[in-house]
Amino acid sequence: MSLRASELKVGDSREVVIVDDLSRTQIVMYAGASGDYNPLHTDDKFTQEIAGYPSVFAHGMLSMGMTGRVLTDWVGDGRLTKYGVRFTKQVFPGATLTTTATVEAIRNEGGVNYADFTVVTKDQDGDPVVTGTATARLD
Amino acid sequence: MAVDRFPVEASHILMFARSIGDTNPIYADEEYARKTEVGAIIAPPTFVQASAQFDDEYPLRPVPGKPWFGSGKEATGLKKDPKGDGGGGGGGNGGVLHAEQHYEYHRPLRAGEVLKAVPLPPKSWEKEGRRGGKLHFTENTIEYRTLDGELVVTARGVGVRTEKVVEQK
Repeated sequence: MSLRASELKVGDSREVVIVDDLSRTQIVMYAGASGDYNPLHTDDKFTQEIAGYPSVFAHGMLSMGMTGRVLTDWVGDGRLTKYGVRFTKQVFPGATLTTTATVEAIRNEGGVNYADFTVVTKDQDGDPVVTGTATARLD
Repeated sequence: MAVDRFPVEASHILMFARSIGDTNPIYADEEYARKTEVGAIIAPPTFVQASAQFDDEYPLRPVPGKPWFGSGKEATGLKKDPKGDGGGGGGGNGGVLHAEQHYEYHRPLRAGEVLKAVPLPPKSWEKEGRRGGKLHFTENTIEYRTLDGELVVTARGVGVRTEKVVEQK
């Protein structure tokens, strides 16, 4: 399942639609599993009337979680050594998100091969919602 | 976000993986997982966020008998808007937005392990925002360690609180 350094080269890229028409129910599932019950994510009445947003919106961590799948499906299970993102735009129900992961560097450090990636997830308008970097250990 | 005991359970990993739409059998199928390099069901990369479930003081979960800021009869159960708590780990309260999240994985996290979440001293700073007035940033770093002290995951979250409502343009 795991990736050899020789199987990757700088510039290799993968693009995956990570969610199509994000449902409120999936956001509820994430609230339940993560334990983050902030009403901004599940309670339209609170979010519209008190917080002043057009509707509930996804946890940033849901977008980060879905984005991470593109990396783990590529590099193999338990191979990430670093994964970090910035949240750049809110994601509302109905969103379609597409993630692009790109190999930026392949290097050997202390006899271990690593690949560095950039990752960006964009919404249906082409705006980035999550941008970040990751590092994976290779064979 | 200090947690003394965070049991990493297979059923919790299953629920979490479903919630992020990840059908990788490494998160669900023990038989399959046993034959892989890691040898067991492991946690997805962002799973440690769910340690909130084991934080007795976690502010983003309703507590029986206490007012909750989400809606019931009224749009909020509180008299006033909740104040942000400067969180970054879980996104904080209504006024705090999650700006960044970073993880370092020191080794795979396997189902059946028990961790503790050890927060390091938080950092905070301010920046003048272009539209939203002053921005207050808080950075929280949490070390997830085994009960014996072995470091498994380091999580660093940045939360941002705006002084006034950001204009929607």
